[in-house]
Amino acid sequence: MTAYLADVAALARKDLKLELRARDTLPAMLLFVLSTLVVFHFALPADAGEDAAYGLLWVALVFTALLGLARAWVAEREAGALDGLVLAPSDRSAIWLGKSLATLAFLVAAELVALPAFVVFFAPLDASALVGVVLASIGICAVGSLVSAMAAAARGREVLLPLLFLPLAIPLVVGGVGASISPDPGTYLVFLGLYDAVFAILSWAAFEYVVTE
Amino acid sequence: MSITKPSLTVLAWGAAALTTLAAVMIFALAPEDADQGFSQKIFYVHVPIALTAYACFGLGAWKAYRLLATRGERYDLESYTGVHLGTIFGVLTLVTGAIWAKASWGVWWTWSSNQLVLFLVLFLFYCAYFMLRFSVEPGARRERISAVYALFGVALIPVSFFAIRLANDFIHPTVFTREGPQMTGEMFAAFCVSWASITLLAYVMYRVELAGKRIDANLRDLREALQP
Repeated sequence: MTAYLADVAALARKDLKLELRARDTLPAMLLFVLSTLVVFHFALPADAGEDAAYGLLWVALVFTALLGLARAWVAEREAGALDGLVLAPSDRSAIWLGKSLATLAFLVAAELVALPAFVVFFAPLDASALVGVVLASIGICAVGSLVSAMAAAARGREVLLPLLFLPLAIPLVVGGVGASISPDPGTYLVFLGLYDAVFAILSWAAFEYVVTE
Repeated sequence: MSITKPSLTVLAWGAAALTTLAAVMIFALAPEDADQGFSQKIFYVHVPIALTAYACFGLGAWKAYRLLATRGERYDLESYTGVHLGTIFGVLTLVTGAIWAKASWGVWWTWSSNQLVLFLVLFLFYCAYFMLRFSVEPGARRERISAVYALFGVALIPVSFFAIRLANDFIHPTVFTREGPQMTGEMFAAFCVSWASITLLAYVMYRVELAGKRIDANLRDLREALQP
């Protein structure tokens, strides 16, 4: 167990270190989410109200996550490092968990900028909305890391990833928007937690089949 | 083809006969719905098609699971065929559902019909399955990636269904129900025969498509083997 966690930590640390040196994902995500929010200001009619803004916040978060996920396996693909990782004497699901954690770190960093910006530009966020963001981010990264590993094996992976990911993300958007605007957010938070549990277990169990030749 | 299975020709004729019987029962035997009138007849087609689509997706996922569990290569085509037929029946569900919505509510599309929205989500999901399948090089890797994605589909069905019901709470506070009068015995009989006929039809289509795909694959293998 400790060996497994050490593998996961080493893999996640590798991704974070790469990002610190090359900086080719996080700045893009930050800029993207900010410019999306600005575009939304002009896309929303003046009397659209706060509820519409909350909906668009979730669109912005999902697409920002997609931007990060599209680059998630690029380093492994380009240098052929994935074959090495698969051959390494550790459980393959550790690769998925490490990648999910690293992607989650990027997404949370982007949200640390996006959410204050949203509050300044549009509308306040309450505690249940923040919990919803955290739970949905976990789900996005768990499913997204697996799906982007699938897309990485295909031709035209940049085009394919959103097609694979968005239908799976619809329940997350429902839960997130519900947690932000519903007077009774508890149901939506429980739903998000359930989604995370179901799809994290599925992805964890299925990852091995996606990467082995 | 193994001897124990009934031959495809017999099954195909059986499906044709059963479909005719179902049509006769729907239009001649089952009484007209007191509330919706003639347009309610599409219920006998729409609901069995939707149930068959679920069954096909389930079959595709089951074969995908068998592929991952046993590494049996033959399950790949079986899983693909199941998903393919499920998508065809899913599109038919969307079309018949839209016709029914137009007839009884006056609109082609309503976001408050959970079943229709679910089928739209599933349609998007399974179209992505085909995109994925056709953009990965054929081989063991593709078989496994497709299988994992097909398995995700059956997890997505209940999760999406629940999500869509939750979404209706904040998108449509007033949900109008499709509650009609109780089904009479004749109506229920017509529904069951129609369901059986469409399930049998789907099975025949499954066998035909699978046989075609197998021949295709064998031919490709032969051609590769004969290449100098």
